[in-house]
Amino acid sequence: MHRTGALYGQFKTLEQQKDTASLGMWIFLVTEVMFFGGIMLAYTINRHTYFHAFAMGSNTLSLTLGGFNTVVLLASSFTMAMGVWSAQVGKKDLLKMFLSLTILLGFVFFGVKYVEYAQKFHHHLVPGKSFDITYCVNNPSKCEDIGAEELEVERKEVDAAMQADPDLNAHAQLYYSAYFGMTGLHALHMVIGAGLLFWLLKNSFAGIYTPEWNTPVDIVGLYWHFVDIVWIFLFPLLYLIDRHK
Amino acid sequence: MAVTPKFPEKHYLNQTYGIRSWLLTTDHKRIALLYLVSVTFFFFVGGFFAMMIRLHLLTPDGYLLSADTYNKMFTMHGVAMIFFFLIPSIPAIFGNFLIPLMIGAKDLAFPKINLLSWYIYIVGGSLTLYAMVTGGLDTGWTFYTPLSTVYSNSAVAPAVVGIFITGFSSILTGLNFLVTVHTMRAPGMTWFRLPLFVWAHYATSVVMILGTPVVAITLALAGMERLFGLGFFNPAMGGDPILFQHLFWFYSHPAVYIMILPAMGVISELIPTFARKKLFGYHFVAAASLAIAVIGFLVWTHHMFLTGQSTYAALAFSFLTFLVAIPSAVKTFNWTATLFGGSISFDTPMLYAFGFLGLFLIGGLTGLFLGCLGTDIHIHDTYFVVAHFHYIMVGGAVMGYLGGMHFWWPKITGRMYPEWLARIAAFILFVGFNLTFFPQFVLGYLGMPRRYHVYPPEFQVYNVMSTAGASILAVGYLLPMIYLTWAAFYGKVAGDNPWPATGLEWKTPSPPPTENFEVTPVVTWEAYDFHNRPDLGLDEPTGHPAGGGVVPAHGHD
Repeated sequence: MHRTGALYGQFKTLEQQKDTASLGMWIFLVTEVMFFGGIMLAYTINRHTYFHAFAMGSNTLSLTLGGFNTVVLLASSFTMAMGVWSAQVGKKDLLKMFLSLTILLGFVFFGVKYVEYAQKFHHHLVPGKSFDITYCVNNPSKCEDIGAEELEVERKEVDAAMQADPDLNAHAQLYYSAYFGMTGLHALHMVIGAGLLFWLLKNSFAGIYTPEWNTPVDIVGLYWHFVDIVWIFLFPLLYLIDRHK
Repeated sequence: MAVTPKFPEKHYLNQTYGIRSWLLTTDHKRIALLYLVSVTFFFFVGGFFAMMIRLHLLTPDGYLLSADTYNKMFTMHGVAMIFFFLIPSIPAIFGNFLIPLMIGAKDLAFPKINLLSWYIYIVGGSLTLYAMVTGGLDTGWTFYTPLSTVYSNSAVAPAVVGIFITGFSSILTGLNFLVTVHTMRAPGMTWFRLPLFVWAHYATSVVMILGTPVVAITLALAGMERLFGLGFFNPAMGGDPILFQHLFWFYSHPAVYIMILPAMGVISELIPTFARKKLFGYHFVAAASLAIAVIGFLVWTHHMFLTGQSTYAALAFSFLTFLVAIPSAVKTFNWTATLFGGSISFDTPMLYAFGFLGLFLIGGLTGLFLGCLGTDIHIHDTYFVVAHFHYIMVGGAVMGYLGGMHFWWPKITGRMYPEWLARIAAFILFVGFNLTFFPQFVLGYLGMPRRYHVYPPEFQVYNVMSTAGASILAVGYLLPMIYLTWAAFYGKVAGDNPWPATGLEWKTPSPPPTENFEVTPVVTWEAYDFHNRPDLGLDEPTGHPAGGGVVPAHGHD
């Protein structure tokens, strides 16, 4: 089934058709803002109530991996924007290249996210019965991926946080609920975005996007940028709560 | 009408044949009929649960059901009726069918997404049905945590997933309507010439767009809590069950307006048509729809006055609750003012419109009892609340739904329903409804709590009245289903504009052709203007002292 850029029956002009599609996408993004808004509200309230647990939880994340992924996503936004531009000016080979690069960067992000998630499982930081915020501090041999110095810092932080919040282990689970809930939903959106990008790539090999008609590239681009922006919020909210020490 | 109307040879119903042509259709009119069938199915599912509740409450000790089963019955009644009947009913059936016709478009902006939204509804509905038959659901339709996330032993997970999925059907429908109204209007169809039905759906769509994603994330979080042990609403981890209630009502109160606004849109069509008069205060009624949509988002904690929230917050929300009554009152006054000096006819759709006016008035005013902090403490969580929202939802939304059904059935099927039978059914419904729910106001005021499976013996007489009313009500629902189905095949041929009414949907054959209009119409008249419309054949230049009049609905007596 090819979308050839022909005028669909319900429209009168191509311009009306394009306006309609992008208005639809913008309204969809409004719904996405409301969707992420709900979980961000839950995050905000809990962070306010259990600040020490949230700060502690945040400090157990890897700033290196999170920072690297932020750069990767920003780069993918750049390649996506270049892809949209390529489609608009009719540079079909560039379009294929930029779409492929965007997909590649998306998969780099997934790879890093996989490493991060796996670490959290190994470190007993998944909400549930075996959750233990002090696990690495008490079992350094099981957490060899964390350096000795780093672990020493973490020990002091845990001790201080325990002083401030005796129920730290319960409340830190709320932080990790937010972490997995928010990054999980974000990753789900990226998976959908990657699927859409593959679809665009397939169509761009068929050469159907022209300067006159490239609406799908345009609106998938909007979606991809939105998903990036969500991460731009998630990164400081989750990784940078109390890093100034 | 002197000329006998002819049934068109080619129309959307016989354009193509076969099951595939229905299941893969992108025609908004056929999708509306797909919704009609599935929504009706869920209405009877929900109705079955309602009958079980009423039968059980015939006796104070409740011989019919166990306490657990009773919990499941009222939960599943609420879930089926709210998420699968009331929310999609008027928008997905009449909105789908009529919005393109009313604005002179060939289809909605995104026909494939429209079909997709029906499939999403079916998938979500199937999952919820699966939950209903494999363990049921006993949390109340509100899914309050931690009952739903930790303690309930019923099939919460599939139900939550099903409702989560169905939410996207609602989001996509709202999105489609918003974009369609913005970009697909025919030449001359300016914003202030739009029928108020379209304005009401525009406001409804805004609520769907802004509210539904919030309940989606709320149910997603509750679902993840049940399935994967996340803890936002779990007190054991320091999570807050009240947060769930805030998030839930942030959608579910505006959702009430998703249910009632479209019905108000229907009433705004019926009253001018059967009073032969321009709607009084068009701009105010249009603005009132938007005002309801906006203020409706700011009243949600009036469901939570007794959760221990701050008194100042409660005061503010009580004030806002009173404020949202104003646009509803504006509409009610304008509908009533339209009747003044009109030449009114009592066709079935108009009977439903009158029913709506009276019942919505009672439902709306009793809402103020509940929005008032002092009285709410007394009647909170009693049958008074149950009666109040049934007066809005059944007396308002369902009356609007059935009124619209009779009004547009000739357009949808090309055939008239049997008028006298329909009037009798409308009457039965009105009597049955009041007998069912009015005693519940009394019960609630006397202190009978909702959701209990037993009650003190002195309340029995009211409960018996209510159950008797429910069985009359059931007859009132079954009758239209039977004669409307009959009429779709054997009714009298209706013609393009049997009433006649002023909307663009009546300027195309009944049933309409697949492309809606052979030539894109150009609109040169204002909404509900019965004068200056020679095509309606109603002008009577010398009839009225103020100038031109229009012929009354059934001619001069």
